[in-house]
Amino acid sequence: MQHDPRLLVLSGQDNVAVLTATVHAGECIQVAGRAIEIASTLGLGHKLALRAIRAGDDIVKYGFPIGFAAEDIALGGHVHVHNLSSRYTTVEITE
Amino acid sequence: MSDMMAWPRKDGRKGIRNVVLVAYLVECAHHVCKQIARPFAETDVQVIGFSGCFPSDYGQQMMEALCTHPNVGAVQLVSLGCENFKKQQLADAIRASGRAVNLVTIQDTGGTAAAVEQGRAWVHDQLADLAAMPKVPMSVSELVIGTICGGSDATSGITGNPAAGVAFDMLIADGATCIFEETGELIGCEHIMAERAASAALRPEIIKTVNKAATYYAKMGYGSFSNGNATGGLSTIEEKSLGAYAKSGQSQIKGILRPAQVPQTGGLYLLDVVPDGPPKYGYPNINDNAEIIELISCGAHAVIFVTGRGSVVGSAISPVLKVCANPETYARMAADMDVNAGRIMQGADTLTGVGTEIRDKLLALGNGAQTASEALGHVEFVLTYKTASPAQPGCHPG
Repeated sequence: MQHDPRLLVLSGQDNVAVLTATVHAGECIQVAGRAIEIASTLGLGHKLALRAIRAGDDIVKYGFPIGFAAEDIALGGHVHVHNLSSRYTTVEITE
Repeated sequence: MSDMMAWPRKDGRKGIRNVVLVAYLVECAHHVCKQIARPFAETDVQVIGFSGCFPSDYGQQMMEALCTHPNVGAVQLVSLGCENFKKQQLADAIRASGRAVNLVTIQDTGGTAAAVEQGRAWVHDQLADLAAMPKVPMSVSELVIGTICGGSDATSGITGNPAAGVAFDMLIADGATCIFEETGELIGCEHIMAERAASAALRPEIIKTVNKAATYYAKMGYGSFSNGNATGGLSTIEEKSLGAYAKSGQSQIKGILRPAQVPQTGGLYLLDVVPDGPPKYGYPNINDNAEIIELISCGAHAVIFVTGRGSVVGSAISPVLKVCANPETYARMAADMDVNAGRIMQGADTLTGVGTEIRDKLLALGNGAQTASEALGHVEFVLTYKTASPAQPGCHPG
């Protein structure tokens, strides 16, 4: 599985990787051997799916679930508040 | 050579600062305190206080713990005169701790100008006395360190927080006392955390403490999650929690503390900041500064503050060492930061390397070094109403 050097996989069980640098819209990034074009600029620390994830599946980071996929997520897709839900408290973005 | 040089106190603890506090016992006395402290801005004269006029057991406990903190040398109390704060009880506790204390009541002294004049004269004399006070050697085992993260982003849990955890493990190995907190930001970690309990009895208490926080925040309607957390790449409270949890390092958890409770033996403690019972008086801690002051109320000589988005705060009483987790933030705000943990993100250093730097910089604070926030004059202080919490039964060995 070839990943771009800007992707950090924190644990072997993880299905997301973390960006170690800001990646700008239009740039390509290698995820599991596939070239993924970034649609809109993503800041350092944001997450990309390492494989296709089905709605309801756990999102795993640091080797632990950090919530579940609220919808199907494609390989290389941006995983964030729009498609990742908490099993504890809902996140509310106020602005 | 000793690890640090510090001021000895009557209760056996030692201070790495020798602060004169000017403390208001109701908001109506706040202005007089600021005026008393103004000519001494370049020295360690700091204003703290309790704003409310209604009685508060929590406010009383916190003010007693803070005014008798090892980093405090003397206390000027300022009362308006008609508020409900038990000022004689506080003055007695400070006197019993071996510290000089002076109580000025504005209504008795004849108003603002007279109270300011009296207070300034007393503080001036105290500074001279404290300057002549000799220091004694202090070892790492006598040190109490707190840790907090604020303005977190996705880098906090990858670089800054685990590096702070490495520093904690090193300090604990040398006998120090370390305190981590904010159970509202440990939601989702309760089971892995419980496995680290020093005793079987403590295990369910850790889980109960986090569940209490989850219930409390759910009732309040908002969890401990900010817009900046999401902009910085964090998506859920579980994700933020796993990152925040890394601050605690790998050591055994010895007990659960409540605000203003000073641990009696070295090791790692969890500070339970959420009061028992149904929500009352609002959020447990309204911002990072309220959390920092609770760590200090448990005796913390200094606090490690890990930030990703870029917090600038310091605190009254104890220095706040700023660890910046995000290399992009560090590049923008280096003058506010003490440690650049972001270089781990760039592959330029390791968690052990940065953890060692954090430990060394904490010890340097006990040898005359200042933090960035101290040099910039940050002495934030927040203390609000809260339900007072009894010590956790069966959990605290001291």
